[in-house]
Amino acid sequence: MLLSTRKQSGFVIRWEKRLEPSQQITIAIPIVSILLALLVGGVVILALGFNPLAVYRSMLAHAFLSRSGLMDTAVKAIPLILAGLGVALAFRMLLWNIGAEGQIYVGALAASGVALSLPEAPAYVILPAMMLAGMMAGAAWALLAAIPRAYLGANETIITLLLNYVAIYWVDHLVFGPWRDPGALGFPITRAFSSAARLPMLIGRIHVGILIALAAALLFYAILYHSRWGFEVRVIGESVLAARYAGMNIERNIILVLMISGGLAGLAGVTEISAIHGRLQTGFSPGYGYTAIIVASLAAMHPGWVVVASFLLSGLLVGGFSMQIAGLPLAVVSMLQGAILFFLLGSSVFARYRLTFRRKEGS
Amino acid sequence: MGSDAALIMRGITKKFPGVVANSQVEFQAWRGEIHALLGENGAGKSTLMNVLTGLYWPDEGEILIDGKSVSLRTPRDAAKAGVGMVHQHFRLVGPFTVMANITLGMRSEGFWWRPQLIQQKIVDLSASYGMLIDPCAKIWQLSVGEQQRVEIMKLLYRGAQILILDEPTAVLTPQEVKELFRNMRRLADSGKTIIFITHKLHEVMAYADRITVLRGGRSVAVRTTTATTVQELAELMVGRDFMTDIPKPPVMSEDVLLQLANVSALNDKGLPALRNVSFSIHRGEILAFAGVAGNGQRELAEVVTGLRPVTAGQIWLDGKNVTSCSVRQIIDAKVSHIPEDRKGMGLIPNMSVIENTMLKSYRDPAICPGWMLDHKAIRARAQKLVAAFGIKTATIDCPVRLMSGGNLQRLLLAREISATPDVIVAIYPVRGLDVAATESIHQLLVEQRNQGTSILLVSEDLDEIFKLADRVAVIYEGQIVGILPATRDSLDDVGMMMAGVKRKGWRRSDVAIN
Repeated sequence: MLLSTRKQSGFVIRWEKRLEPSQQITIAIPIVSILLALLVGGVVILALGFNPLAVYRSMLAHAFLSRSGLMDTAVKAIPLILAGLGVALAFRMLLWNIGAEGQIYVGALAASGVALSLPEAPAYVILPAMMLAGMMAGAAWALLAAIPRAYLGANETIITLLLNYVAIYWVDHLVFGPWRDPGALGFPITRAFSSAARLPMLIGRIHVGILIALAAALLFYAILYHSRWGFEVRVIGESVLAARYAGMNIERNIILVLMISGGLAGLAGVTEISAIHGRLQTGFSPGYGYTAIIVASLAAMHPGWVVVASFLLSGLLVGGFSMQIAGLPLAVVSMLQGAILFFLLGSSVFARYRLTFRRKEGS
Repeated sequence: MGSDAALIMRGITKKFPGVVANSQVEFQAWRGEIHALLGENGAGKSTLMNVLTGLYWPDEGEILIDGKSVSLRTPRDAAKAGVGMVHQHFRLVGPFTVMANITLGMRSEGFWWRPQLIQQKIVDLSASYGMLIDPCAKIWQLSVGEQQRVEIMKLLYRGAQILILDEPTAVLTPQEVKELFRNMRRLADSGKTIIFITHKLHEVMAYADRITVLRGGRSVAVRTTTATTVQELAELMVGRDFMTDIPKPPVMSEDVLLQLANVSALNDKGLPALRNVSFSIHRGEILAFAGVAGNGQRELAEVVTGLRPVTAGQIWLDGKNVTSCSVRQIIDAKVSHIPEDRKGMGLIPNMSVIENTMLKSYRDPAICPGWMLDHKAIRARAQKLVAAFGIKTATIDCPVRLMSGGNLQRLLLAREISATPDVIVAIYPVRGLDVAATESIHQLLVEQRNQGTSILLVSEDLDEIFKLADRVAVIYEGQIVGILPATRDSLDDVGMMMAGVKRKGWRRSDVAIN
């Protein structure tokens, strides 16, 4: 029997599975994703009537090359590192906590409650109390998703996502209503915290939150790779079946990991309002919790890279703010962030497959 | 048997990054013959057949079908050329009918669904080849043997002249195997070419006309069944002699280490999987569970290792009641577990050899004093295991997914044995392994037995069972049909019991197919 009599020409493109995920490509993916996102963003910037190269150059110059911009970048990297570590930890166990934004808000809310009700307390009491309250609130917020996830197999992605709105509106309710500062001429903000409740500055506008964030990254690394519990987390993340086989308690670890994840995001909320705003106000986070998802993905859930990715995305944000003055909408930054994640997820397929081109033969 | 070549594969070479799966392979199959493609795992059998069915493109080489050179670029090309394959794991849609499955994806059937026409064609085909199939039955209603028949019918319906069967007997009872090969013979007699991939020597000797042996990606020999022996084939496969008999002193101890009393359990779907299972295993004894996969073996192993709760009955370990203990408690009670799914459950492919060796012992104070792991001690322990069990690995830091199946299983056994267990639960411990690896795993298990460990072995391979076990329990639909001594005399009874026929009344006409 003969195969095919018709003449065929041209190329055939096929996916071939790699025996091994390629190392080089795994490293190249985040870099290429960022470049592709900048390319797509460039088209949009061009359409808006700006020169993309000039825009990128001045964003870069502002965010990383000027002293004031660099300071802003570092300041905005702090909540990204903290929330990014939290998201990365959860992602490690394949728990898709996308509720860091909400956890940031409830963390800030709890810390504000502490700060507002103890206006006389000294710094060494009030600051630890605020942090503890913020972390506990963030953890509790994540716990709302963790318990149904652990015991009923409910989808944590949806629960954490929806809880974001609850948290944000709850803060809005308080700052528009019961907690509103009567002297604020109707602005949706609370009274200012006492100066003891403000995180001190370290260098210029960079507050001590940077030390907390870096310490958290170090601790994250040590726990993940050098502790017994970290081993459990990594095993569960690789294979729930194997973890169960080895006698590990999956449910307990789901709850623990999600609570720590939420706690870290809550801490990010505390440092933000304590150091930057000095009061609770509506919309104080420009989406740090969502950007943290991109941070964790860019960093491939590795604590060291979380720090690097946080500075990168923070720089993007700061650069974007600077371009607002020139008339470029801030939405371009959100679009760039989205495009990075899009290309990141889309291109991970290249690590496992490769495209092959072959000349088709006639028969 | 004619001698005109239906298929010639010449100088087939297929390389993957870092691996040459096929190297200058020569393969010929004649019209009207049953041809066995024999080789160890990783010998290149599947790659060669994937080249033939258009799943892979060869880097070099030529394929001739009926003397004409063909280019098989996609499975569709292969189907058009008259080549079809029954995969080891069937590609059937459970809720669909036989008819729908047979015609699934066929463009030549036209746009409209014409059931009468299809049904008639299937009935005609099954009549002419003597393979009984109800075209209107749903796949999920069929036994595994019947599903396999549907897969074969799918190829015949598409006009296949060359039929490839990948490990076709892996899931069948001995009776179904005979039935399968009777059908294959009939197909061959009508002029089709049958190629079956296997590593079971006795099947080759019983059913094949000719045999091509692959080893290390090369074709090493072609033999006619009548002019060869099991011994010769085995040597060709592994390239050296291997030992088949393992010295095994009789069971001496009266101690019972593992005992189950009237244990019942549910499967994942919440249906009864084990009913009233009772047995005991003595110190230094291997009790093998024979049975076709899916008759409760997995649930049995999970119940014993604490992974699955019992709904009734009791489990005793060395005189202690461990019913509904947690997995961790069972591990601490010195039960080792060699699970069915070694890459999904027993080992973690992305983690290093070191981390895999500590999977169960990571709480041991010797390597984890307090909260933090003692990486030095862990590394030393892993190094010792790798050396003691002769595990081949580039470094102990590389992920275990890079290791061969045999080495993976050695690593798994090394870890489980090093826990000095009282009881080992081993499920299909050599499935998918080549002859040499199988041999070494068997020796490790028997060594453990001889040192006084009780072993619960689950296997579908009767050769393995009769080689290793002291007693055989046959499990069918979650019940133990009988427990027999593992002597050759029991073989026929075991086969019948595996098919669900109780010992007393097994001479029923529907199973006495010979």
